[in-house]
Parts: sequence; C-alpha cells; structure tokens
Amino acid sequence: MNEVLSWISVHEQYIYIVVLMIFLGIEVIGRVPSVLHTPLMSGANAIHGVVIIGAIIVMGKAESDNYIALILGFLAVILGTLNVVGGFVVTDRMLEMFKSKNKAQKANSRKLSN
Amino acid sequence: MELNILTICYLIGSVTFILGLKMLSNPATARRGNLIAATGMTIAILGTIFLYKDDEGKSLHNYGWIFGGIVIGGIVGVLAAKKVKMTAMPEMVSLFNGMGGACAALISIVEFNHLTENFATNGWQVLTGENLFSHLLTIYAGAFIGCVSFAGSIIAWGKLNGSFKDLTFKGQHILNLIVFFLIICLIILLLTPLFADNYNFFYLIPLLSLVYGVLFVLPIGGADMPVVISLLNSFTGVAAACGGFLYNNQVMLTGGILVGAAGTLLTILMCKAMNRSLGNVLIGNFGGGNSAAAQGGSGGQYKEISVSDAAVAMGYARKVMIVPGYGLAVAQAQHACHELEKLLEEKDVEVKYAIHPVAGRMPGHMNVLLAEADVSYDKLLEMEQANDDFKTTDVVLVLGANDVVNPAAKNDPSSPIYGMPILEVEDAKLVIINKRSMKPGYAGIENQLFFQPKTSMLFGDAKSVLQQLISEVKNL
Repeated sequence: MNEVLSWISVHEQYIYIVVLMIFLGIEVIGRVPSVLHTPLMSGANAIHGVVIIGAIIVMGKAESDNYIALILGFLAVILGTLNVVGGFVVTDRMLEMFKSKNKAQKANSRKLSN
Repeated sequence: MELNILTICYLIGSVTFILGLKMLSNPATARRGNLIAATGMTIAILGTIFLYKDDEGKSLHNYGWIFGGIVIGGIVGVLAAKKVKMTAMPEMVSLFNGMGGACAALISIVEFNHLTENFATNGWQVLTGENLFSHLLTIYAGAFIGCVSFAGSIIAWGKLNGSFKDLTFKGQHILNLIVFFLIICLIILLLTPLFADNYNFFYLIPLLSLVYGVLFVLPIGGADMPVVISLLNSFTGVAAACGGFLYNNQVMLTGGILVGAAGTLLTILMCKAMNRSLGNVLIGNFGGGNSAAAQGGSGGQYKEISVSDAAVAMGYARKVMIVPGYGLAVAQAQHACHELEKLLEEKDVEVKYAIHPVAGRMPGHMNVLLAEADVSYDKLLEMEQANDDFKTTDVVLVLGANDVVNPAAKNDPSSPIYGMPILEVEDAKLVIINKRSMKPGYAGIENQLFFQPKTSMLFGDAKSVLQQLISEVKNL
C-alpha cells in the first residue's frame, strides 16, 4: 500500500497529465458530426505518429557498433515517419474534398439568379 | 538553454495536437486543424533531432541513419498517400496505423535490449528501485500494445482490400483469452523480478502479441473494420504514450493519451451510428454462417427495369432521392451522379441525396466522395431527415447500397443487422436499385427489399448505368 502511494506521489505530474488528457480528448471531439468521423480518425492516426520521437531518440542513442539497435532503430524511424507523413497527407486529401462547399454555394446562387 | 528551447518545442507540439483535434471535429476548420497539427509535429521532431540531450547530457548521434530513415519513410509515405484511390483510403489509414504500432513495439524491444546489456555488464544485483518497476512495465506494455495494433491493422487492411476472409472457428474466443492471459502472465513473471535466467522470455511478449492481434481481428466481419481500425488507432495512441513515460517525454505522452482517449470515444460514436455496442462488434460474428442460412430460403421474384424506363420515371418525377453506397465508390461514379442530378434539376425535378451514416466502408465516406464531385452540401440529407422525406418522394435511386436499405434491420430479429437504423426507402412510390448482380451485400445477407412490388432492379456497373441514364434523360 505504502509503495503504491509513494509511486503515485513520485509520478504525480504524469498522473495529472494522463487524467487531464483523457478528459480533454473526450471533450475535444465530443460533438463531431458523423461526416467527419473518417477524417478525424485519420488525423488522430497521424498525431499518434509522435511515437517517431521515441524512435529518433533510440536511434540517436545507439552505439555505432550495436547493429541490432541500429537496424531496429532505423526501421522504427522509417515506420514512424510513414505514420506521421502518410497520416497527415491522407487526412489532407480527404479534407480537400470538403473545401468545395463554397464553390457549390456559388453555383447555387448562380442558378437562382437565372 | 537548448533544453529549454526543446521544452518549448514540445509545448508547442502538445498545444497544436489539442487544437488540431478540436478543429478537425468541425467541417469549416478541419483542414486547417490538420495542417496546424502537422506543423506542431514538425517542430517537435526537429527539436528532438537537434536539441535532445539524454540523462548524461549527451546529444544524439547517428544523424545519417536518422535522416536516412526520415527521407525513406517520408517519400514512401507521401507517395502512398497521394497515389491511393479515394475508395482505398480506409485501408491506407489502417496500414499507417499499423506502422505506428510497429514503431512503438520496436522502441520497446530496443530499450529492453539496452537495459539487459547494461545489467549483463554491471551485474544483475543493481536491479532495485521503484523506477525500474514502472520502467519495465512501460516497456512491456509498449511491446504488447504496439504489436497487437500492428498485427490487427495489417489484418484489417487485408480484409478491406479483400485479401483476407473472415475466419471463425469453434473455441475462438477461448483461444483468444488464453493467449491474452499468457501475455499477462509473462509480464507478471518478468516483473517479479527480472534476472539473468528469465529475461530471454521477454521476446515471447511481442511474438504472442502479434498472434493475439491476428486472432483478435480475424473473426470480425469486414463491414465492421472501420470500428476496429478506430479502436486499434487508440491502442497505438496508448503505445505512443508508453514511449512518453519511457523517455519522460511530454509531447509523446500528451499526443498518445489524447489520441487514446479521443480514439476510444470515436470508436463508440461509430458503433452508435450503427446502433450497436462495441462488445457486440468485437464478439458478435457479423454475417456468420447461421444467419445466412436462415435468410437463404426467403428469396422470390424480382423485376428488372430498363434504362429508358428508369430515365422516364425519374425525368417526370417531382422529387428524386439518390441513395449512394459502396458500389458508387467502387465504380468512381460520383461525377456521373452529379451530372445526372444537374440534368434532372434542369427539368425541375427536385434531387436530394440520402446519406446513411455508415454507407460505404467508413462513416463519412459518401460525403467525401460526393463533395469531390462538387455536389452541394445542402443536397445531402442525413438519415433522420431523409426518412421523413421519403414519404413525399416519387423515385428513389439506390446506387450500390444494400445493407443500409435492408428492411431486415427493422423487422427480422434474427438478422445480424437487426436494430441498425436504415434508410426507409420503401416509403417512396418507386424504388430503383442499381447493383451489379443479385449477390448479397457486404454483410452477406439477403435483402427483402429487392423482392417487393415497388422495387425494380437496374443491373450494371454504377458508372455505366448512370451514363446511360444521363443520355436517356437528355433525350426526353
């Protein structure tokens, strides 16, 4: 019991971040229309690509004669970059489709004036 | 000084992630939100490469490897994301998600190796302290969740593009549970305590987790893949957060937990759109063998309609509703569809689109597709609104949709899709259904709608049928 309590007080800062982020994550997307479910999922997918920072640290700390660490780290950097870059680009392509809203409205008003 | 700047980089990163997600949940700001999050990510990555110092104050090295990896990943990522067809977007998201999961798992494995090498040289008796316990736990959790997410995403990807079929067998859930408990037991074994004799067992964790990921997704029906991908997405978020604990890295922690929480909520919202619970999606075997058999005998007579008859019916109607589905996406017929809509409007026919929340392969799929063809926003009706409008509609044109208009969801309790809200197209005066053949839809169940007297079938590829319709309507 005592150990658990001391563990909590040692990691107090993290526990706060975790708890607050959980609430924030739920709050922030709480009212998303179903139209945006797919782009939102894809955007969130790109954001968890932050894991690449861990990969960079692993890679950057590896001793230059430790080939296993180098190869695994290198792979991790490639995969992480794929996640980040691919994720953001795919999301952007999906959302690109939505911008035609204004164009469509213009076309409508033209039709009305005819 | 440098470390302080890095802290600010991470702060900017975290704030942009929150802001980005917030903006992504509103159609007007979504695209900018994505760009903002991407900018924050770039700042955080560049900051890490150039400013990061480890506990002993050493900077990173191996820049060649780092940049090499980023360049390869970046080029492949951009090409893959740019080349992919709109219909294949869901698969792509799943694949990228899997990459993130694999990345998190690899980090855990390398860190574990690092730790054990350290022990091998300095002796295992240094194994004390509370920090070691949580350090090990995050390594194990990262390996476990990352591998499950990776294997699951690859299976989901394969299912969406048709390379894997649903696989169910007796005792599947029990096998899954056994594998899951084995992993948990291994984690407990390796935590209390870790020593020279048992550390090699660690490598079983990622292996078993891969097996678990495959077993977890394999029995779930292809139609439920979006929900699964969203769930695995939040798993990867948690795996990334484990990396944040490992390196005391706030931006990984905030980004990971944020996605973990938002992804879980999004998964639940998606299930709600189909009127099902998450447990039902994960455990219930959608479109399993028994339900298909139960529906098999209830076929009957259907009637076909010719293209010119369909064109006459639509050209002289007052109000036409178009119900798009996956067939429209596969045939890339959105532009032809918009053209038909304009043509009909010129003939003073009111044209609207009825969008089911899960039409296509993913929620919002149809909206994206139709927006690409410049279809105006106010022509797209959501389900409740459309269901009110069907009563005053003369002709409903169903383009490659099936399960979302299947009345079995309303009146057949034995149907696997029972309870899912559907578009009640049978309220309209005439229903024209365009399909390639009489084959059942994605959920693998027969559709009674096709055999109703109001319904006429118009067979063919959505795009070519629409083009024929356009030329027929022009000639009216």
